[in-house]
Amino acid sequence: MSDSSARGAANAVTLIRDARHWQTGERIERAFANGQVLERAPAAPDRVIEAGGAILAPGLVDLHVHLREPGQTAKETIESGARAAAAGGFTSVACMPNTKPVLDSVAWIEWVRHRAEKALCRVLPIAAVTVGQEGAQLTEFVALERAGAVALSDDGRPIMNAGLMRHALEYAKQTRLPIVVHEEDLTLRGDGAMNEGLTATRLGIRGIPAAAESVMVRRDVELAELTQGRVHFAHLSCKASFDALRDGKARGLRVSGETCPHYWMLTDEAVADYDTRAKMNPPLRSDLDREATVEAIADGTIDCFVTDHAPHTEDEKRQPFDQAPFGIVGLETALALTIAGLVRPGHLSLSRALELWTEAPRRVFGLPEVSIEPGSPADLVLFDPELEWTVDTSRFASRGRNTPFDGWRLSGRVLATFCGGQQTFALEGAPAEARA
Amino acid sequence: MTLTVAPAHPASPDAGFFVAPPALSRTRHLLGLEGFSGAEILDLLDHAHTYRERWRTQGRAPSRELAGVEVCHAFFEDSTRTRASFELAALRLGATSVAFTAGGSSVSKGESLLDTLQTLAAMGVDLVVLRHRSSGAAAYVAQQLEAGVINAGDGMHEHPTQGLLDLLTLRDAWSGRFEGRRLAIVGDIAHSRVARSALHGLLALGSEVTLAGPSTLMPAEIEALGVEVARSVEDAMAGADGVMALRLQRERMESGLLPSLSEYARVWGITPPRVALMKPEAVVLHPGPMNRGVEIAPEVADGGRSRILAQVENGVAVRSAVLSRLAQAARERRAAHL
Ligand SMILES: [Zn+2]
Repeated sequence: MSDSSARGAANAVTLIRDARHWQTGERIERAFANGQVLERAPAAPDRVIEAGGAILAPGLVDLHVHLREPGQTAKETIESGARAAAAGGFTSVACMPNTKPVLDSVAWIEWVRHRAEKALCRVLPIAAVTVGQEGAQLTEFVALERAGAVALSDDGRPIMNAGLMRHALEYAKQTRLPIVVHEEDLTLRGDGAMNEGLTATRLGIRGIPAAAESVMVRRDVELAELTQGRVHFAHLSCKASFDALRDGKARGLRVSGETCPHYWMLTDEAVADYDTRAKMNPPLRSDLDREATVEAIADGTIDCFVTDHAPHTEDEKRQPFDQAPFGIVGLETALALTIAGLVRPGHLSLSRALELWTEAPRRVFGLPEVSIEPGSPADLVLFDPELEWTVDTSRFASRGRNTPFDGWRLSGRVLATFCGGQQTFALEGAPAEARA
Repeated sequence: MTLTVAPAHPASPDAGFFVAPPALSRTRHLLGLEGFSGAEILDLLDHAHTYRERWRTQGRAPSRELAGVEVCHAFFEDSTRTRASFELAALRLGATSVAFTAGGSSVSKGESLLDTLQTLAAMGVDLVVLRHRSSGAAAYVAQQLEAGVINAGDGMHEHPTQGLLDLLTLRDAWSGRFEGRRLAIVGDIAHSRVARSALHGLLALGSEVTLAGPSTLMPAEIEALGVEVARSVEDAMAGADGVMALRLQRERMESGLLPSLSEYARVWGITPPRVALMKPEAVVLHPGPMNRGVEIAPEVADGGRSRILAQVENGVAVRSAVLSRLAQAARERRAAHL
């Protein structure tokens, strides 16, 4: 951002001119000040951004990121993760509690919120379901909700004990918080490091069957019925899981699910040369599962998209495949991969794809609505769906460089992001900055 | 709303993190037999055959062929047999061997491999013979080192010199003809790097491979590699030109993959009646060490069909051939640097 005085004055008026409405495609202009979208633009705005036909949409929301703080700041920090989010067009991210220590107390939820005050996007902490994520004792759901937790999850680990899962779902009804579940039967996973199938067989890597995920989804659909509790299934990756979720929805249960760009973009063949950048959990699956992911998105089984942004250091990923950690970064490639994998092949309209990154996740977690209409908080993203770029991890704002998409040529690029009316990202050389 | 999005084709990504080189950058490393052509394999077998005949007829006094070539035997997993075989192979060609053993559990996995790599790189050895518990470890090391790397067994992936020695043994037994021949491989296919190397080699040479073993020990979708999976050991061995029994690890019982050793021996053991199902001239292989009475009956192991000791002899010859080929390339690289 070149004009620091505009940023400095909260009441200064910014006008975005010649943008396109993310849903209707019509030419629009929007002005905002004091963090809110205004009814109409004043005659003399303090700052004018010529959008040049770029699309204006509500800021993206990612319900599933790992910011690694407290404890693992070599991988990522709240500050660097939020900056990566802003670069990807996100204005809100929900961060998972599997940090070191685990976010399982009011004090840690408050600590995260405090650390995030100056971050470049809204950081919404998710609290652990069990103390230390050890799967034994429930955390203080009510106090955690009051402290600002937006959901409960032991992500990184499943809740293996079905009885405990039942109690968690029942007790969470004292709150409005969904239980977000990382579905993985650890006895089926064993020492597996990638999807079970031909590639694993060829490479001699121990496989993780898709059923390790889907049997747990089935179980928790049953528990959602038993408890009438609120379950959100994290990072679903395989056909059998989508079928189970579909079934739960057909039964009228309070179940929802998310998936990530890598599951519609890639299959386990991405691991073919022991490429640890393609090692993630759940693992990249078969092409059938990839197609089922697209289908579950297209038919509405999937409620929203997430990145499961999971940064690791290069040293950790530079190990023999079975020893490298699971995870892929995703905040800075999410939108372009959505266009490449879903919009361009005609599976989704661009407006529906954007809905799954904006309004839909807000609905899933019951977050306040954000729009580009007057009165809404000015959480906005301006992006050009046709602008081509090459993914270059060396230029990532995230500390994580672990993505198999490095070097890919994609189209769709964020030009500018505004969070609460403050510009949090400006693409170098983009009109949004050049004319600001 | 119609928004046309310009087509974008993913470019081939730059090598970041860890991407393995091809199975063999043909002259530089031997990482696995997958991807080898039949001609390439036969060429290596011929080379090995030359050594074996020379030792048989002229004795085994070390030659000076690899004088000045330094070979590091880096064994992160115990294997007395394979290591001895490689060391003998190096010795007979006059190479200098250094051993780097980091036994079993005393070395924690990841960091130690990286540290060791740097140590090896600093020593400037020409060839590294690597045995490691991680699948892909040899490819990983090959990516990080100047030296040529020979995979002496990486996890459940491949053990290419074992595959070559099996092929040399079969070539002798099969009068030099691989086409139209069929080998049965029996046992724990899932965890066997020996089976993977053998099957890639045999398929490249035009032979057929039939696998048999408990379904808990059969890897997913293996038929897609071009092999058949038989329902029983009898089905697999009937009419076969040979059988390879794989070593069964006792921990398979503890991890719930098998009920008991005696059940295994009863259902899958290579016994005289089962051997009788094969063609009259068919042979029996085993990578050793054997669990006599479990995967193979003692009468079979010591019987007339057994080529188990021939495998051991061929192992040294094959490893000499591989060392010789890769040393040549290493020397050329060194000369280019000077
Ligand atoms: Zn997870």
